[in-house]
Amino acid sequence: MTASPAPDAAADARERAPLVEATPALIAEHGLTGDEYERVLTIMGRAPTLCELGVFSVMWSEHCSYKSSRVWLKTLPTSGPHVIQGPGENAGVVDLGDGDAAVFKMESHNHPSYIEPYQGAATGVGGIMRDVFTMGARPIANLNALRFGAPDHPKTRHLVSGVVAGIGGYGNCVGVPTIGGETNFDAGYNNNILVNAMCVGLARTDRIFYSAAKGVDLPVVYVGSKTGRDGIHGATMASAEFDDASDEKRPTVQVGDPFTEKLLIEACLELMAADVIIAIQDMGAAGLTSSSCEMADKGGVGIDLTLDHVPQRERGMSAYEMMLSESQERMLVVLKPGSEETARAIFTKWGLDIAVIGRTTDTGRMVVRHRGVVEVDIPVATLADSAPLYERPYELTPAKGLILAEWVTPPASLFDTLEAMMGGPHLSARRWIWEQYDHMVMGDTIGRPGGDAGVVRIHGTTKALAATCDCTPRYVAADPDMGTRQAVVEAWRNLTAVGATPLAITDNMNFASPERPVVMGQFVGACAGMRAACEALAFPVVSGNVSLYNETNGVGIPPTPAIGGVGVLPDASKRADVALKRDGDLLLLLGVHEQGHLGQSLYQQHAMGTLEGAPPPVDLDAERAAGDLVRTLIREGTTDTVHDVSDGGLLVALAEMALAGDRGLQLYPYEGRLPTHAAWFGEDQGRYVLALDPARGEDVIERARLLGLGARVLGRVTGDALMLPGEAPLALATLRSAHERWLPALMGA
Amino acid sequence: MRSTVIVFPGSNCDRDAAVVLEAVTGRAPTMLWHGETDLGDTDVVVLPGGFCYGDYLRPGAIAAPSPIMSAVSARARDGLPVLGICNGFQVLTEARLLPGALMRNASLTYVCRDVHLRVEQTTAPFLRGYEKDQVIRIPIAHHDGNYFADDATLNALEDGGQVALRYCEEGGAITPDANPNGSRNNIAGILNKEGNVLGMMPHPERLADAALGGTDGRALFEGLLDALAPA
Repeated sequence: MTASPAPDAAADARERAPLVEATPALIAEHGLTGDEYERVLTIMGRAPTLCELGVFSVMWSEHCSYKSSRVWLKTLPTSGPHVIQGPGENAGVVDLGDGDAAVFKMESHNHPSYIEPYQGAATGVGGIMRDVFTMGARPIANLNALRFGAPDHPKTRHLVSGVVAGIGGYGNCVGVPTIGGETNFDAGYNNNILVNAMCVGLARTDRIFYSAAKGVDLPVVYVGSKTGRDGIHGATMASAEFDDASDEKRPTVQVGDPFTEKLLIEACLELMAADVIIAIQDMGAAGLTSSSCEMADKGGVGIDLTLDHVPQRERGMSAYEMMLSESQERMLVVLKPGSEETARAIFTKWGLDIAVIGRTTDTGRMVVRHRGVVEVDIPVATLADSAPLYERPYELTPAKGLILAEWVTPPASLFDTLEAMMGGPHLSARRWIWEQYDHMVMGDTIGRPGGDAGVVRIHGTTKALAATCDCTPRYVAADPDMGTRQAVVEAWRNLTAVGATPLAITDNMNFASPERPVVMGQFVGACAGMRAACEALAFPVVSGNVSLYNETNGVGIPPTPAIGGVGVLPDASKRADVALKRDGDLLLLLGVHEQGHLGQSLYQQHAMGTLEGAPPPVDLDAERAAGDLVRTLIREGTTDTVHDVSDGGLLVALAEMALAGDRGLQLYPYEGRLPTHAAWFGEDQGRYVLALDPARGEDVIERARLLGLGARVLGRVTGDALMLPGEAPLALATLRSAHERWLPALMGA
Repeated sequence: MRSTVIVFPGSNCDRDAAVVLEAVTGRAPTMLWHGETDLGDTDVVVLPGGFCYGDYLRPGAIAAPSPIMSAVSARARDGLPVLGICNGFQVLTEARLLPGALMRNASLTYVCRDVHLRVEQTTAPFLRGYEKDQVIRIPIAHHDGNYFADDATLNALEDGGQVALRYCEEGGAITPDANPNGSRNNIAGILNKEGNVLGMMPHPERLADAALGGTDGRALFEGLLDALAPA
């Protein structure tokens, strides 16, 4: 560690670096518009230096400034009785009771993962874990939401194999279990895949660390990996659409080192326990620039940095390169005065670099010196607050008509159709993916992947934490408002289905170019839907990330607002999972009254080859009533087997429960007013399948009716096949083979 | 029983091992940093799973010459029970406390799932808690668990009763389908000649608690406790 000797000649430099002569090309290379550059000139009162131009470029990138999305994000509900910290910090924080807090966030790494899938996905996992442990939390669970192109697209296999290996390679090495996620295949993602990584950490409510560098003349300390030239302008790349030359952007993808991350977690948690930290922030997007500016701005102070002291991996790096590098596994810490030696001892033990690279000041300015020259001198508050804010024009997505079930061709055989759907790209087992992730390390995983939500015990307590990632992009594309309501309620329902009290969400808004009014309209619709669902379910947004410009040559992705939900189980022994457990159990469908909604359903796609009409409507009040009842039934011990009905509808939910428990079903024929195929394959929301002791059936049905909910008996658990009058029995072994075969076959395993 | 868990930079199952050791022995183990040179008073040493040194060079290669491993080797030669789980097994082979090597899985992918194992012998202290030919279910979680040894070494292991555990079907059959990583002879764990050093790729500490879905791993630690109990 370089103990800042006084006088530090490098820190006293006064000569200014040369000012740029801005050409339109230089401005465009920095992702700025002409108007934005004029704004720079106004703020500075002069032309910027090259390094200053770089600083504005990354701070005003869409990725860092949320300039197109901020006005809409502000409309989302972000507070509630459990919320300790909402959006605006490295991650959100919710209260788990007894002094425990969950710290969590989801973040995209879409652009880098398409260009270099292994490193792009790996560093996405690394970045989100840093956001979480920065706040004083030990990461205890990772999840991911992945969207790939069509299975037969020439790049899909390469991308799937690289992304999955990258996520596993990073998370497995660090030793945090990956407990859940979701994966879609759709041609809409052929040229822009989505890799959204979520991390949940555990902290004590009285030991949360923030990024506000309050106080003057405090040491600013750099810890972790050395700075190299990797990832320069990564934030700017993530804020632009792709074209045919995008593969040439590979050098802007960062390279991850999970071993260093593991050491950094242990060292930072040890430093936090030593009580010497004023503020801490990871160097994520826009690296040193963003972290130093945000810490100073939130603390209401200035900051002086001397880049000569930054640990460097390469020779001859310029200030511009160091300020914009996105080298991984680095943190910036503002220490209490006089605690440099304590910090040095800890980081040296873990074999990590540590250097004092600056101090907080009372000037309110960010001053960066390098090799005797002042490279940056910008007022901090202005830099942080003056980012452009756009109210971009938008066109709301026109409403689509309701599809009547009668318009959708019925199948020749329900079970043949079930087998075909469960052996296809949308419903087949994702085991090939999650077996590449260590989902058991840390010894607390009680709900493994493959169920509704992953569940980990809160170490050393009787409580557990549940987490899930959800979005059904085809619904959102058809109706962004309703589709986003559905994404929120599905996350809420998945948490409920394991017995958890849903607490809050993190959102990962993946959209195409906001400069197109149609796309902006999708974004506006999604925010409206999210607001409605979050308010109705008391399920606020505590953190999130926006990824725009997911488009190539003018073709955008389907709007994909991925929702990461977190809930708490007060007693880990009172929970449910999807696996059938006992022959003779009664199967009940419980929830919102059945409508047989086939618009935008997987059955419609299977039978008609197209997705049409409105997505299934969400009744938020009934959704809440149904979920609250199911949770009560789990906690009072009436049921330990629950599955929410989602993609593919009721028959698929039943088949998944049978496969998970390796037990067959005798189903009763459907005798209601709906077309039979709509009853079995409709994707109506707000429903659960429960297995329970037959003696309890009548009571549960009555309780549902009193709440105005639907409930009916579906059948019994028995045998080793699915059985339904009028259908040839479908052996579980046959169904399992179809269900498990598709993805390994695609991947050539 | 006093136990010690060695912590290398990048170990990540050290806490998991400690939880089980404390549950079984009633005493929290000593967590010993790799840079130490003295093992102190202990009845068993556990090298835990993880990715020490990020698996750089080869899994276990950089940890093998670390200061504490000299002490572990010396005490192992004196008969101290030493258990290497997963990455710990890799360290034991790199340190030449066990023969052979762990290569990349035949599938080339990381694999995390429960597997069935047949217990091949029960005379070693770590295996006293099982019956011979008993089938147990515990998880694997590794990228480099493909056990390899040359023919002469392999024959010596087989003839000397040093094969501790083999991947098998649920019913106990040793088949290629039951082999998750391409290991020769379906080997999941081996002993040194004296039987006091066990290296195994599967994680007994991960299924030693009914709440986690199984307890077959717990008998390994309980058997050791019995074996070491004063007669």
